[in-house]
Amino acid sequence: MTEAPKQAAPQSSRAGTKKELPEHFRAYKHVWVAVECEHGAVHPVSYELLGEGRKLADKRGAELAGVVMGSDAASIAEAVAACFEYGADIVYTVTDPVLTHYRNEAYTKALTDIVNKYQPEILLLGATTLGRDLAGSVATTLRTGLIADCTELAIDEEGSLAATRPTFGGSLLCTIMTLNFRPQMATVRPRVFSLPERTPGRSGRVVEHALGLAEEDVVTKILQFIADRDSNKAQLAYADIVVAGGLGLRSMENFQLVKALAEVLGAEYGGSRPLVQKGWIPAERQIGQTGKTIRPKLYIAAGISGAIQHRVGVEGADLIVAINTDPNAQIFQFAHLGIVADAVEILPALTRAFQKHLSMNRLAG
Amino acid sequence: MHIVVCLKQVPDSAQIRVHPVTNTIMRQGVPTIINPYDLFALEEALRLRDRLGGEVTVLTMGPPMAEDSLRKALTFGADRAVLLTDRFFAGSDTLATSFALASALTKIGEEFGVPEIVFTGKQTIDGDTAQVGPGIAKRLGLNQLTYVSKIAGIDPDAGTIKVERRAEGGVQVLSTRLPVLITMLEGVNEIRRGTLEDAYRASQAKIVTWNAAGAGITDMAMCGLRGSPTIVKKVFAPTARAEAAHRISTTDLTYDAMAAAVMGEIFKRQPVLEDDLMRFAAGR
Repeated sequence: MTEAPKQAAPQSSRAGTKKELPEHFRAYKHVWVAVECEHGAVHPVSYELLGEGRKLADKRGAELAGVVMGSDAASIAEAVAACFEYGADIVYTVTDPVLTHYRNEAYTKALTDIVNKYQPEILLLGATTLGRDLAGSVATTLRTGLIADCTELAIDEEGSLAATRPTFGGSLLCTIMTLNFRPQMATVRPRVFSLPERTPGRSGRVVEHALGLAEEDVVTKILQFIADRDSNKAQLAYADIVVAGGLGLRSMENFQLVKALAEVLGAEYGGSRPLVQKGWIPAERQIGQTGKTIRPKLYIAAGISGAIQHRVGVEGADLIVAINTDPNAQIFQFAHLGIVADAVEILPALTRAFQKHLSMNRLAG
Repeated sequence: MHIVVCLKQVPDSAQIRVHPVTNTIMRQGVPTIINPYDLFALEEALRLRDRLGGEVTVLTMGPPMAEDSLRKALTFGADRAVLLTDRFFAGSDTLATSFALASALTKIGEEFGVPEIVFTGKQTIDGDTAQVGPGIAKRLGLNQLTYVSKIAGIDPDAGTIKVERRAEGGVQVLSTRLPVLITMLEGVNEIRRGTLEDAYRASQAKIVTWNAAGAGITDMAMCGLRGSPTIVKKVFAPTARAEAAHRISTTDLTYDAMAAAVMGEIFKRQPVLEDDLMRFAAGR
């Protein structure tokens, strides 16, 4: 289905601890972002990645490209224009009815073929269900390295991509590199990077690519797509204010206190991983590396200790307020504002304070 | 019908601690468990076998002690366990892991019958990459079905399967041809309590154990560190924010006074937020 993978240079010992990029990979240039444009709308994570990809491309003296795959010409044209405005120099497009719904087979072929043809040095994808499904297949087909759920991307002194992610179940961070294979692939969760400035009217080059796959050749068929009615999941990641609780709440009933404060603030609510494991909150309300990454203006963490896997999911917040009885809790290392007190007592007091303040001002205004 | 479930033995992450001074992982005494996400895959496999007949083989790659997890899987009712263990596998990243597991799956096919379905969990709790399942599918040419929430229908004679899978913004109902690789979504079933007979059988069972050569692997350059395109440059603990958190005093204050102080400090630092909230409250 796709080209045979390229072989790395023969190596006598451990692969890749030193940079010895094989000759055939030296032509690989530029930074790419696979843009998610299913059902006519671009997933915001793609723009976030273009913003970060722009920085990497500038550092490498390379161009930034978006790859837009889909079936509807109008929405693809819209996505292409947006990619340029968010910083892309080139956009590769694959327009084909076969790509109407995401299917691994067809999307893997499309992306793998363009990579083999135009040879990017770095390929970034959103760590969404689509991006993770696609990235694993493409990396295996190309026999290259793939680093999942990165929280930081940088270029090292030798010009390679240094990708940082939590490790050991989120208790430490590690920096991983793909030295001797190309492209260097990484996925990043939504909201880990902020949305870049949009430059209206900014434009670039469009390169069209033919899929070369007929519907009869695709074994997997979509029988139905049932769109989510409840868009809560997206709301948490993109909320302006988030209130969350952890084990410091002591009981499932006390989680109501988090919801009550969120209600007064018009905020979204969530919790740390242990609460999901205990069944106090559903998985889609989990905040942290393995749950939702958030970048609100205000984040209130009540009774959350602040393990690394939680930290990387909330660090993008403008203002982090931590409530914890343990003065040495890790959360105080990255919160802006902290109070050493019992969350079960402070939460209702905060709810009352905000309620009073907001109603007083309403009367005054 | 032959079904293989790939499992991973992982440290119980809830019990991992980082040494506060040296920032190293304190692994001593951390118990190992079957990756919790894999249990949803195992249960789904057992249900299919109970309905359609056939066998469930569990497969893991890991150190010799990973046998514990395989034996545990046998107590839940799996029919056969295969352990892939060799020092050549040490340091495998996801690409090298999928190579080794795909090789073992091919060998399992030769020895015990080609599997129609290979199951994995959606990801592991220690690596969290979700890359090994797709890697196996690609290497073996299996149709890939990730984040499956329901097996809506299967016709082994026609060689077709219909599933529901979690996709971006909704659920896809799709049909494809066997053989497939399925990664199972969490929370869709609950692992059974095994029977007493299963427990006895598990305690007596011989675990099929293969090293790399035993699994038919001839090219060691594809395994372990040598077969891994990614390398870990460094492992570290994050540093504290340069500016320490501003602590709200709690001395001699009622909870309401503390709350007022917190709110005041929030609005002082984020005046825009106060305006936003006023508009929000006014619009109610």
